[in-house]
Amino acid sequence: MKEPVKSEFGTVGEKPKVEKKFYNRNLILAGIIVFVALITYPIWNLQGKSVPPPDPKLDTPVIQKMAEQDRKCIEDKTYMRNYHMQMLDEWRDQVVRNGNREYTSLSGKKYTASLQNTCLECHSNKSQFCDQCHNYVGVAPYCWGCHLTREKKLAEAK
Amino acid sequence: MSISRRDFLRIAGFSTLFGLGAKSAFEMLAPGELEAKLTPNPKALSAQRWAMVVDMRKLNEQTAEKCIEACHRVHNVPDFEDPIDPKDKIDPEEKIRWEVKWIWKEKYEHAFPGQAEVAIPEKIHKLNFLLLCNHCDNPPCVRVCPTKATWKREDGVVMMDQHRCIGCRYCMAACPYGARSFNWRDPRPFIKGDDESYPTREIGVVEKCNFCAERLAKGQLPACVEVSKGALTVGDLNDAKSKVRELLRTNFTIRRKTQLGSNPQVYYIV
Repeated sequence: MKEPVKSEFGTVGEKPKVEKKFYNRNLILAGIIVFVALITYPIWNLQGKSVPPPDPKLDTPVIQKMAEQDRKCIEDKTYMRNYHMQMLDEWRDQVVRNGNREYTSLSGKKYTASLQNTCLECHSNKSQFCDQCHNYVGVAPYCWGCHLTREKKLAEAK
Repeated sequence: MSISRRDFLRIAGFSTLFGLGAKSAFEMLAPGELEAKLTPNPKALSAQRWAMVVDMRKLNEQTAEKCIEACHRVHNVPDFEDPIDPKDKIDPEEKIRWEVKWIWKEKYEHAFPGQAEVAIPEKIHKLNFLLLCNHCDNPPCVRVCPTKATWKREDGVVMMDQHRCIGCRYCMAACPYGARSFNWRDPRPFIKGDDESYPTREIGVVEKCNFCAERLAKGQLPACVEVSKGALTVGDLNDAKSKVRELLRTNFTIRRKTQLGSNPQVYYIV
């Protein structure tokens, strides 16, 4: 066995001996605790609370006046729920840019392609209908910056 | 039995190419489900080239006011003179700076500058011309729009797509007629909003006359024409039998700033 070579920096092949020390220990630990507490705030703040599921209401005057068998959206309910945004997007481009303003639904019935005049005619309760799901999933479509909702008229009618 | 590396790559390559190509070819050729279902309204008024003739002999002050009122009402154009809530009152300077107009009145020398007459008849000097977007055949606003928010339709109407407007105001700088207005503030408090069939605009977009595209599409004449008692006429410039052509044939007409080459399509009989 070879004799370890000693130099002025310590023994060759060995780690230099450094005193292990945790500087600013209390400050760092406290900081970590505060940090973890802050980023998990949304989780533990909502512990035990449940957010009510969206509950879009269909009790507008226009819908209620309809006969039971006519009480349908322009397309099937599941389709509308899943794809109304694509449909409105397509409507917007076709109406404004190509002047195609008439929509023929799968059932063959014709509708004017207009958010403000067709959709909102029945769904005149934006805050009870549109906003219910949009708020739940945290989306904020900017339709309403320009398109008028009919809620003012609805309130006056009541 | 084995397959050589070269054969394997060849087969794999061709099948990928076929797979991708067939899919995109199918997608390109098949019409979109929704696209195919949207069609123009059969009752819509159409023309190859829309144009307007303003007969200043028939247009008096009250009719002009009525035209302006009708247009601004059906398009929800804000009236800064008259807020819904008196608390929103703005000072006179801002009223001028923020003005939004689709159709308005102007004196001859402001409407037709550079015509170089030494003296004009007293009658014309006193007239208030009814001005609006000229729906130019060579629209400078369309050339400069970076987002194609404004464009010329095939029937000549210079349209605005508010969904695309980013509010850069290049079009306002380009338009030699002052036909475009910018929404410096939210216009809603100044719109009575009686007409809920047409949208308003929001802060930060440019707006102008759209030749009542939404009314033409339903088979109605533009709002201003309807209330003008025959002073305003719209029609197809490309149709020799149209009312517009008849008026142009039988009367001498002038147009605004033709020297700029924008080829405006609103004609004035003086």
